[in-house]
Amino acid sequence: MANIALNINGKKLSVDVDPQTSLLSVLRNDLDLTGTKYGCGEAQCGACTVLVDGQQTRSCITQVGKVANKQITTIEGLEKDGQLHPLQDAFLKADAMQCGYCTPGMIMSGVALLGKTPRPTREQIIQHMNGNICRCGTYLRIVAAIQMAAEEKRGAE
Amino acid sequence: MNEIPEVERYELSEEPPYHFGFDRRQFMKAFGGGLALIVPLTNVLSQEQGESGRGGFNRDLPKEIGAWIHLEQDGSIVVYTGKVEFGQNIRTSLAQVVAEELHVPVSSIRLVMGDTELTPFDAGTFGSRTTPTMAPQLRKAAVAARETLIELAAQKWQVEPSSVRIVDARFVNHDATKSMTLADIAKGLKLVKTIPADVKLTPVEKWTVAGTSTPKVDGRDHVTGRHKYTSDIRREGMLFGTVIRPSRFDATLEGRQPVSANNASSNVIEDGNFLAVTARDPQTASRTAQSLAARWKPSAESQPGNAELFDYFRKTAGQGRGRPVGSITDGFSAADQKLEQTYTVQYIAHAPLEPRASVAEWVDNKLTVWTGTQRPFGVRGELAEALHIPASQIRVIVPDTGSGYGGKHSGECAIEAARLAIATKKPVKVVWSREEEFTWAYFRPAGVIDVKSGVKNDGTITAWEFHNYNSGSSAIQGRYDIPNQNVQFHETKSPLRQGSYRGLAATANHFARESHLDELAALLKMDPLQFRLKNLKDERLRAVLEAAASHFGWGKPLKGELRGAGIAGGFEKGGYVATCAEVSVDRRTGKVKLERVVEAFECGAIVNPTHLHNQIEGAVVQAIGGALFETIEFSNGTVLNPRFSRYRVPRFNDVPPIEVVLVDRKDLPSAGAGETPIVGLAPAVGNAIFAATGKRLRALPLAPKGLQT
Repeated sequence: MANIALNINGKKLSVDVDPQTSLLSVLRNDLDLTGTKYGCGEAQCGACTVLVDGQQTRSCITQVGKVANKQITTIEGLEKDGQLHPLQDAFLKADAMQCGYCTPGMIMSGVALLGKTPRPTREQIIQHMNGNICRCGTYLRIVAAIQMAAEEKRGAE
Repeated sequence: MNEIPEVERYELSEEPPYHFGFDRRQFMKAFGGGLALIVPLTNVLSQEQGESGRGGFNRDLPKEIGAWIHLEQDGSIVVYTGKVEFGQNIRTSLAQVVAEELHVPVSSIRLVMGDTELTPFDAGTFGSRTTPTMAPQLRKAAVAARETLIELAAQKWQVEPSSVRIVDARFVNHDATKSMTLADIAKGLKLVKTIPADVKLTPVEKWTVAGTSTPKVDGRDHVTGRHKYTSDIRREGMLFGTVIRPSRFDATLEGRQPVSANNASSNVIEDGNFLAVTARDPQTASRTAQSLAARWKPSAESQPGNAELFDYFRKTAGQGRGRPVGSITDGFSAADQKLEQTYTVQYIAHAPLEPRASVAEWVDNKLTVWTGTQRPFGVRGELAEALHIPASQIRVIVPDTGSGYGGKHSGECAIEAARLAIATKKPVKVVWSREEEFTWAYFRPAGVIDVKSGVKNDGTITAWEFHNYNSGSSAIQGRYDIPNQNVQFHETKSPLRQGSYRGLAATANHFARESHLDELAALLKMDPLQFRLKNLKDERLRAVLEAAASHFGWGKPLKGELRGAGIAGGFEKGGYVATCAEVSVDRRTGKVKLERVVEAFECGAIVNPTHLHNQIEGAVVQAIGGALFETIEFSNGTVLNPRFSRYRVPRFNDVPPIEVVLVDRKDLPSAGAGETPIVGLAPAVGNAIFAATGKRLRALPLAPKGLQT
C-alpha cells in the first residue's frame, strides 16, 4: 500500500492503495467515479478510456502508481457548470447509443481525437475509434456525432 | 404455420397452479393516494406465461395484470411495467405511447421497470413482445386514465365531461376560460380503477408524440456517465465477490489450499462445487482466490470440440418435429432439377459489453438483488429455488442494463452474489470478468441444416425438404409457396450451454433457406430476386424485397473486380425484412469487405423512427460478426477464445454504409424490431460472395480468415 496523489477532473486527492492497482479499479471502487466502465480488462474494447494529460488511456491496464500527479479526466469531468461538452451534446443529437454502456469510453476516445485532430477525416475517425467496441452497433452514429462536434467547433472559431 | 414450437429458448416456467384474488387496498397502501389504473393483460400469448407474481407488494396479484399507471399527488405520472431496458429504448417508446393518449409531455412520465416488488409480473423482455403487447396495454390504460380524470375535472367544474380536454398536462374547458393542472385533481384522491375493455385508442394517423423521434429519455445520464448500471452500484459496507471457476465445464472440486494468514481478511465460501471469495476490494478477493490453488477433476468422458460438432449433432439427433405439407415424393417427381446441400452455423457469444453483474443484500431475512437480467421474475424464481428462500422474501431489481441480445435470461451471477451475501451477512457485488462472460454464460446454438429441393425449369419450386439439427425452429417455415414440403426440427445434445440470441434460430434458418434459393436461381440461370418473387405471394415480404432492391439498384452492374451483390428476404416476430449486400474480395489476401448494405424493414405502424432506424443499423452491424467471423472455439469442455483479443466482434472499420428503408404500415399493429432485422444479412453476404467469386459458402461464419481463392 502507498499513498498516491491523484489529480482527477481538476481535483487533487489521494488514495491509499497498492500502486499496481489499475486506475480503472481505483476510479470505480475507491472514488465511486463509475462512469468509466469495465469491458474486457485487456485494452481491447475501450470502455475504460480516460484522458491522462490529454492522451487517450485505457485505464484497465494502467497502474495507478504510474499516473500520480498527472492530469486525469474522466467522463464525469467533461460537463462544465451544467454545460455538456460539444461531443456529449452531439452524441445526444445523433442518437449515438442504445444501451449506453460503451458511451463514456467512446466519448473520451472521441474527445482525445478532437484534441489532437480538430478536423478529422472520416478515415481518421474510424482508425482512431477502432479500439472501442459498441456491441449494439451504433458505430455509424458515433462517427456522425464526432463529425458533428468537429463541425460545431469549426463554426465556433 | 407455427406447428413447431420454439423449444429453444426462452427457458419457460410452468403455468402457476393458482390465480389469487387481490385487494384494492393493497394498491392504495403502495401508492398512498392519487389515481391508480390497473391494466389487465390482453392477448396473453403462450410465451408470456410463467410463474405468478408472488412476492412483496404484488404477491397476491393475479398474473393477468400487465402493468399499472399511477397519477401521483403532485400530478406526475408513473408507469409500472415488468419489462426492462437493455438498449432497445422501450423506456422512451412506452413513455411516448402513454404521453400520446394522456395528452401530457413525455417529460412528465416516469417508468418503473423490472422490479419484482413494484411492478406486475412479466415473463421477461424477449421475443420482441414489448411493442406488440405492452405498448397497446399501456395505451389503453392511458386512455382510461384520461377519461377518468376528465370526468373528475368536469365534476369539479360542474360541466359536461365532453366539454373538458387535457392539453399539455392541463385540463381546459370548452372555451379555455378555465384551466387546472393534473395535480389539482390528484390531490386527496384515492381511486383504483380497472381499465374497461372498450376504450378508444388514438388512431395512428393522428399520433403526434408516438410515431415521432422522441430522444432517449435518459440520454443525458448516459453521456455524462451518471447512469448507474448494476455494476456501478455501491452499498454501505459492500464486499466484492469472486467465484473460482472449474478448469472445464464438467470438472468437480477436488481440493484446495487453506486460507493463508495474510489473506485472513477475506472470506472463503465453499459449498459443493461452488468456491468463492469475498473481500473488501476486488484485488484482495482475487489474490486470495489465487492463493487457494483450487484443484479440479474433469470427468473421464471426452467432450466434442468444433471439429466433431456437426457429426455429434447428427448422432445425437432425436425424432424430427414438423408436419409435412402435400407429398414430398410427388414434389420431387414433378421437378426437372434437384439440389441437395448442407449448411452449418457455429456457436457464437452475445458478448454484451456490460458482463453479468449483481449486487445482493440480505437484511432481516429479506434478499434484495440488483442484477441485469431480461427475466427479473424468472431470476427471482431461480434464486428461490437455489437458496431455498420463499420468493416472497426476494426482490429482484433490474437497473437499465448494458445490453443482452437474448443472452441475459438467466440468474447465475445473481445466485452467486446472493449466496455470498447470505454467507457474509454483508452486501456483496459480483461482476463477471470478460472471460467468465465468454465461458460461463450461454451461447447461440450451433446447428446443421440439410436442404433438399426440386424445381421446374420455369422456376417453380415443387419440393422442399428441410432438416434443422439443434440450432432451433424459429422461422423454420418459409413464406414461399411450395406445394410439397417436409420441414423438421431435430433436437440434439449440445456440448455447450445454449440459449436465446437476438432472432433465435431465424438467422440460421434464413441463412440456409435464402442461400439455397440463391443456389437454385443460379442452377436455373435466373435472377435471384425474380426467382424469389416468382415463388412468393406474401405481399408484405414482396414489398420489402422490392423496396430494398429498388433502393439498392438491384441488377445494375457493379464497378471493380471481384465485386458482387446478394439479396435475401425474411420475416419473424411480425416484422418483414429484405437485405441487399455488396461485397468485394481482395484477390491477394482473400479479405472479404462489405461495401454497402441496404435493408428494408416493415414492422407495422412505426412508434419512433429514429430509434427504429438505430435498431436496424445495430442489428445489421451485429449480424456482420456472425456472418463473417464470430465463432466460439472449444474443445474438451473449455472455451479456447474467451477474450476480445481472440474472439473478433464487429468494429468501426467493419461497418459499411448502411441504408435503411423504413416501410411504415400505419394500417397494421406495431411489431417489435429488436430482432428480425438481424436475419437477412448473412445470406445476403453469402450470396454476394458467390456473385463476386463463383464460390458458394455454406458455413457461418463465412470467411473468418478471408476467402481462399
